[in-house]
Amino acid sequence: MDTVIHTNKLTKRFGDFVAANEITFDVYRGEIFGFLGANGAGKTTAMRMLCGLSTPSSGTATIAGFDIYKHAEEIKKNIGYMSQKFSLYEDLTVLENIRFFGGIYGLSDRQLKEKSEQLIETLGMKSEGKKMVGSLPLGWKQKLSFSVAILHEPKIVFLDEPTGGVDPVTRRQFWDLIYEAVDNGITVFVTTHYMDEAEYCNRISMMVDGEIKALDTPAKLKQRYSVTSMDEVFYELARGAKRSE
Amino acid sequence: MRTLKFLLRKEFKQIFRNKALLPMLFVVPIMQLLILPLAADYEVKNINITIVDQDHSAYSQKLISKIMASGYFRLASYATGFNDAFDDVENDRSDLILEIPQGFERNLIRENEQQLYTAVNSINGVKANLGGTYLNRIIADYNADVRVEWVQMPKFNGLPTIEIVSSNWFNPTMNYRFYMVPGILALLVTMIGAYMCALNIVKEKEKGTIEQINVTPIKKYQFILGKLIPFWVIGIVVFSMGLFGIGWLVYGIVPIGNLLLLYAYLLVYLMAILGLGLLISTYAETQQQAMSIAFFFMMIFILMSGLFTPIDGMPQWAYIMTQFSPITYFIKVMRMIVLKGSTFSDIKSHFLIMIGFAVSLNGWAIYNYKKTS
Amino acid sequence: MNNISTFIRKEFLHVFRDRKTLLMLFGLPIVQIILFGFALTNEIKNAKIVVCDYAKDAASQQIIEKLKASEQFEIQNTLLGHKQIEATFKEGQIKMAVVFPANFNNDLLHKNKAQVQLITDASDPNTATTISGYASQIIMDYRNELMLLQDLPYQINTEMRMIYNPELKAAVNFVPGVMSLILLLVCVLMTSVAIVKEKEMGTMEVLLVSPFNPFLVIVSKAVPYLAVSLINLTVILLLSVFVLGMPINGSVLLLYAVSTLFIITALSLGLLISNSTASQQAAMLISLMGMLVPSILFTGFMFPLENMPYPLQLVSHIIPAKWYYIIVKSIMVKGLGFSAIWKETLVLFGMTLLLLVVNIKKFKIRLT
Repeated sequence: MDTVIHTNKLTKRFGDFVAANEITFDVYRGEIFGFLGANGAGKTTAMRMLCGLSTPSSGTATIAGFDIYKHAEEIKKNIGYMSQKFSLYEDLTVLENIRFFGGIYGLSDRQLKEKSEQLIETLGMKSEGKKMVGSLPLGWKQKLSFSVAILHEPKIVFLDEPTGGVDPVTRRQFWDLIYEAVDNGITVFVTTHYMDEAEYCNRISMMVDGEIKALDTPAKLKQRYSVTSMDEVFYELARGAKRSE
Repeated sequence: MRTLKFLLRKEFKQIFRNKALLPMLFVVPIMQLLILPLAADYEVKNINITIVDQDHSAYSQKLISKIMASGYFRLASYATGFNDAFDDVENDRSDLILEIPQGFERNLIRENEQQLYTAVNSINGVKANLGGTYLNRIIADYNADVRVEWVQMPKFNGLPTIEIVSSNWFNPTMNYRFYMVPGILALLVTMIGAYMCALNIVKEKEKGTIEQINVTPIKKYQFILGKLIPFWVIGIVVFSMGLFGIGWLVYGIVPIGNLLLLYAYLLVYLMAILGLGLLISTYAETQQQAMSIAFFFMMIFILMSGLFTPIDGMPQWAYIMTQFSPITYFIKVMRMIVLKGSTFSDIKSHFLIMIGFAVSLNGWAIYNYKKTS
Repeated sequence: MNNISTFIRKEFLHVFRDRKTLLMLFGLPIVQIILFGFALTNEIKNAKIVVCDYAKDAASQQIIEKLKASEQFEIQNTLLGHKQIEATFKEGQIKMAVVFPANFNNDLLHKNKAQVQLITDASDPNTATTISGYASQIIMDYRNELMLLQDLPYQINTEMRMIYNPELKAAVNFVPGVMSLILLLVCVLMTSVAIVKEKEMGTMEVLLVSPFNPFLVIVSKAVPYLAVSLINLTVILLLSVFVLGMPINGSVLLLYAVSTLFIITALSLGLLISNSTASQQAAMLISLMGMLVPSILFTGFMFPLENMPYPLQLVSHIIPAKWYYIIVKSIMVKGLGFSAIWKETLVLFGMTLLLLVVNIKKFKIRLT
C-alpha cells in the first residue's frame, strides 16, 4: 500500500510543555484515518505540524512524499485543510469563496466555472450561490468549507473536528461527502470527539497526553480491550490522562 | 500573478462591500480636510479685554478707542473695579484686564510719568504673551501720539530710524490654511494607510481565516502584496481627492511644484506607511491590540511631526526623535512641493530617507510575518 | 448584585490580561505628558536664517552680530545675491533672509533713514510672523542704542501681571487638555470596541441569555475602563504635580468627582457607539475619526475656539470634552470651587443622562 503520510518521532514543544511527543505513524492512500483523543491531548498540534502551519521541534515527516521541512510549499499544493473554526470569508458570497480558493490553488477559469457549478449542485445550494457565507446556517457552512478544502483535488485532506455543533442529519450528510471524496482517491485525516464517527474510520489512533497510545482498526481495538463500543475503548485509554482542558 | 489577481479581487470586494468602512475611507477624510483647516487656526486675534477706567478722561478714552481700533481686541466689558474685572477672567469671559488709574491724564502731565496696570490670563502662555505684546505696542504708539501732541519736539527729527520692510514669500497673504491643508492631507493619508492596513490583516488573524490561507500554496509575498496594493490604491485616491477636490477647488491651493514629483514621493511614502501597518499587524493578535498600538505610535508621530508645532523649537532629543518618523518628512515635503515648488534636487535626501523607511519597515514586517509558528 | 460582580470580575480579567493593549493604555498618558511637557513648544529657537549683506559696513555687521548672538537665530550662510534666496528657501531649511541694501550705514548716519529687508518663507505663516517679529525687535534695539536714549517726557509705563501662570508654562494649558483627551480615548474607544468584539465573536449572545438584566451585563463591560481611567487620571495628576511642577490649586476631591462624571459621559458614548455598530472596525473608525479628532479640535486646548467660524463654535458646544476642559482649568489652575463650575457640570450631567436614556431605548429595541 502507498504511504501518503509518514511520521517518525514528530515532537512539538512549547517551552517545557511537550504538546506532541515522538509521534510515529503511517497513513495509507485512500483510507479514512481517525485521530482521536481527549481535549488537550495534542491532536490539533499534531495536525497543524502536518499541514505546515507549525514547525516541529524535532522528528521527521513526509506528506504525499514531500518532506515537511524542505518542501512545505509542495505539500501545500497537495493537501486540503478544514479548521475547527469556520474560516471561509463571511463577507464574500458562496460562489466568491469557491472562486477565490479555487483560484489561489491555480484552477483555470474554465475549471473554476465548472467546479463551482458542480459543487453548488451537489450541496443543493443553488439558490444560495450569491448569498453571503456569513448568513448561512452552521451545517451548510461546514459542508461548504469541506467542499472548498477538496476543490483542488488534493491527495490528502485534513479535517479538524469538522462536525462540531451540527445536528445528526447534517453529520450524516457530511460523512457522505467524506466517503465521496475517498471514492475519488482522496485520503482523509480526521480528528473527532464523536465515537460513532470513529466507527466510520478505517483506522484510528488514540492520543493521550501528547503520545499515541493505540493505533488500529476500530474492530481490533474493541477486541483488544474486550469491549463492544468505541466509547469504552476511548474511556479505557483516556482515563489515565493527566492533562485535560 | 494569477494568485495575486485572486487575492486582490477578494480584498477589493471585501473593502467595497463593507458599508461601515467605505464612508470612513472616503467621506470622513474629505470632511475633515474641509473642517480642520478652518478650525486649526492659531492666529491670536479676538482677545477679550475688560477695561477698568478709573480716570474717565479724554486721554483714557483715546487710549481705549485706540485699543479697540487695533482689531486684536474685543471689549468684554467695562468694570468698575479690579475685582469685578477679575470675575470676568475667572469665568473666561475675558482674557485681559486693563486698568487706567484715577488721575491718569492729570498726573501724566504733571508728573511726566504714569502707570497703567494690565493683568493677563496666562493659562495659555502663547496667547497671553502675544496679547500682552500687542497691548504694549498699542500703548507705546499711544505714548508717541501723546508726545507729538504735547511737544513738537525738534529733537525727534534728528534721530536715526531704521525702516523694516517685510516680504512674505510663497504665501504673501499669510494664509494659515495654505500651510495646514497639505499637512492635514498628509496626516489623513497616513492614518488611512497605517490603520486600515494593520486592522485588515489582524482581522484575518482574529477571525481565523488566515489559517485557511496559510495551508494554501499562497506565498508570503503574495499575501502581503494582496494586502498592501488595495490600500496603496485607496491612499492615492484619497490623496488626489483631497489635493484637487478640497485643496484646489475649495481652498484655492494650486500646487506650485511638479505633480509627478509629488506623486512619486507619495508612492514611496505610502509603501513606508503601509509597511508600518504591516509591522503593527505582526505584533498584534486582536484588532483591539492593533488599534491601541497603532494609536499609540500615531499619536506620538503626529504630535512630533511638525504639523501643529514647529520642530525647530524642540530640544535636541525630541528633534532627533522626529527624524525617525516618516510622517515628519512627508508633511515637510508636501509643503515644500505644493507651496514652494521645490524640485527633485531640493528633496533628494528626503527621497532617499523615505526609501530607507519603506525598505526597513517592510523588511522588518516580512521578517516578523511568519506563516508557521 | 453578587452575580453582577462576577461579570465585572470577568471583564477585569479580559482587560488586564491583554498586556499589549494595557501597556498602550497606561503608556499613552505618560508619553503625552512628557511630549507636551518637554518636547512640544510654540517657541522658536535656533531658526535658520541667511544674511544677504550688500552694505558690508559697520552698521550691518553690528546687526548681524546681534542676530548671531540671539538664541532665536542661527545664521547659516551669507549669500552673495538676492537670487540665491529663493533657491535656499526651496531646500526647506532656511526660514528667513535678512537683506541689507548698499550704503546702509551711510543712510543711517547721514540721511537718518535706512532700510532693512526681511524676507520670510511664509509657507509657514506662524513661524514667519514670529521670527520676523524677533528680528524686528533686535533691529529696533540696535537703533535704540544708537539713539542713546535720553529721558523722554510723558512716559507711560505698563505694569503687566500674568494671572494663573506667571512663568507662562505650556503645561498649565495642556495638562487639562491631555486629561480630557486620554479619558475620552480610553473610555469611548476601548469600551465600544470591547463590546462590539463580543458581538462579532458571538459571545454576546451567551451573556444575553444569562438570567441577568442584559443592560447590566453591558454596563459591567464598561466598569474596568472606569478603573483604568481613574488610574490614568491619577498618573496624569501625579506627573503634572511632581514632574511638571504644576500644583492642583483647587479641591482634589471635586476634581475626582467631576472627572468621574466625565468618564461616565464618555463610557455612555462608547456604549452608544457599540450599540449602533456591528463590527470592531466600524466601532473603531467611528470612535477615532468621528469622536477623537473633533474632540482634539473642539476642546480648545490645541486651537483657540474663538478663532473658529461661528458654526464650528456652535459644534463645540456638543463636545463633552470642551466642558470638562473648562472645569479642569477652573479647579486645577484657577483654584475655584463648585459654585464656579456648576453650569458646566450640569451640562455634562445632562449629556450623560441623555446618552444613557438613548442607550437603554436602543438596547430595548434591539432585544425585541
